[in-house]
Amino acid sequence: MSSSHGTRPAAALRRPRFRERPFGRAMAEYWESPSAVAAFAVTLLVILAALLASWISPQDPYDLAKLDLMDSVLAPMEEGASGRAYALGTDEQGRDMLSAILYGLRISLSVGIMSTVIAFAVGASLGILAAYRGGRFDAILMRVVDLQLSFPALLIALVLLVVLGQGISKITLALVIVHWAYFARSARGSALAERNREYVEAARALRLSDARIVFIHILPNTLPSLIVIATTMVARAISTESTLSFLGIGLPITEPSLGLLISNGFRFLLSGKYWISFYPGVALVVAIIAINVMGDRLRDVLNPRLKR
Amino acid sequence: MSVFIARRLLQSIALVLVMSMLVFLGVFAIGDPINTLVHPDATEAERQAIVEHFGLDRPLYEQYGRFLANAARGDLGRSFRFDEPTLSLIAQRVPATLELAFAALLLTVLVGIPLGLYAGLHPDAASSKLILGVSAFGFSVPTFWLGLMMVMVFSVRLGWLPSSGRGATVELLGVPVSFLTWDGLKHMLLPAINLAFFKLSLIIRLARAGTQEVVMSDYVKYARAKGLRPWRIVFVHVLKNVLVPITTVLGLEFGRTIAFAVVTETIFAWPGMGKLVIDSINVLDRPVIVAYLLLIVVMFIAINLVVDILYSVLDPRVDLEAQR
Repeated sequence: MSSSHGTRPAAALRRPRFRERPFGRAMAEYWESPSAVAAFAVTLLVILAALLASWISPQDPYDLAKLDLMDSVLAPMEEGASGRAYALGTDEQGRDMLSAILYGLRISLSVGIMSTVIAFAVGASLGILAAYRGGRFDAILMRVVDLQLSFPALLIALVLLVVLGQGISKITLALVIVHWAYFARSARGSALAERNREYVEAARALRLSDARIVFIHILPNTLPSLIVIATTMVARAISTESTLSFLGIGLPITEPSLGLLISNGFRFLLSGKYWISFYPGVALVVAIIAINVMGDRLRDVLNPRLKR
Repeated sequence: MSVFIARRLLQSIALVLVMSMLVFLGVFAIGDPINTLVHPDATEAERQAIVEHFGLDRPLYEQYGRFLANAARGDLGRSFRFDEPTLSLIAQRVPATLELAFAALLLTVLVGIPLGLYAGLHPDAASSKLILGVSAFGFSVPTFWLGLMMVMVFSVRLGWLPSSGRGATVELLGVPVSFLTWDGLKHMLLPAINLAFFKLSLIIRLARAGTQEVVMSDYVKYARAKGLRPWRIVFVHVLKNVLVPITTVLGLEFGRTIAFAVVTETIFAWPGMGKLVIDSINVLDRPVIVAYLLLIVVMFIAINLVVDILYSVLDPRVDLEAQR
């Protein structure tokens, strides 16, 4: 592609570098905000901690042979019967909370990211298709989207999980069904705006195929707003998953996400043993805040309407 | 207007029918309720009697047909667990949930709008930044964890407020309410704040953004030039226009409040509908789950309709007839 550009005489026609294109400029602008940089660093750290959980955890929290019942419900840094102290305390089975959090983070993050990626793909495809096709398909799809968005996500997810049952794949599916509509609506909106632009007309005049026009020409221009939504949706998905797991209808006890750890600590909270619920919640909130701050900043730099 | 309402009502009835089928079939697909219904030591004959009592031996379409026919007569089935009509079971819990939801909305309005207004009028003040920080936190922190932390701090550590139940209630027009007794108010405070926190963050943002926009408008400039007192400009000219979008959001948020009451009621053992449905899910009490979900669907449809109408009343530029 670039070789054909190279032969053009006018330098102005060369393909602009990444930093000169609008998206590249926006990305460069992202780093001007210290809090956005910090949020990115924290998010990276959280993802790394989750990925490396089995290497950096002090203990394998789900290997029952490694757990010492004599060390159960120890406060942070309190020394147990085995002579060991645990940085964030232990639960009723003598499980190191720090390790449990790192493993739980892995489950929570993967559910949040997986469900968002699938919802993105499904929602954006349907939304762009609706904008490009128009007509009945568009009308019906948007009716479904409107209807779905008028109900709270938590309620829909709750109904779906009651029907589907517990498990990582089930909750991922439920979150996809809940979140695809946001992507569909946004993708359709920006695709509709793009459809009437000159470059699409030019592409049509060149008799490019529909698929090519949609995926190569329209899709990239709908991406900025979709990326912003995706960031927010990851945070929301993590929050919804933990809420449902806390209520006992999300993940089963064999897949202990942060929400389940918090739920397990609820019983101990009332007797003042706060750490079993507290620290997993801190991890959860830190992850969600970092992702949300990134999303806010992305919205600011990617949305041309907000530019003063 | 009346044409619009009639058309919307017809659409709503169709929607409720479709949803009832989806919910009924969906909930029917889960687990085997007979095991939770029948005592493990029951004889085969007793087991058979219970199955017949609830009509569980009938084919699915017949059960659904009977359910619809009964629903039309205002009977949404009997709870497996309590062997009571689900509607009266839910109706007993409605006042507790509504009371909590209204308390949360009241807190949201009374605290959120003034804070948002202030932050919008003084965007550079340190206190405005603090308000915005709290609002950003409220957007991110999951409701259930915030509730637990409130229990930890205010009930366990400080011992100021109780952590569960409704407290003492008195009858108001035949309905038990908590807000008229001191003990009831004390029980209500933590759950109400917990339920309100997310909405509060939202309203602060909305009120602030609205205020900043309205303050720049020509009519506010004109009011200033005319020499009106600042408080009159803020409370009459600014607030009135800020309130329009907030009313819509609050209306929609009311439904969300009922939905999220599920979480708050579970934490604070508040005896409302949300706790009932979670308990019912745990023991597979299908009729209660179906009845609750259908009522919620009806409620949401009603809220959306009311919000649309209110919106057109508050903002004369909105023309309902022109839509669709």
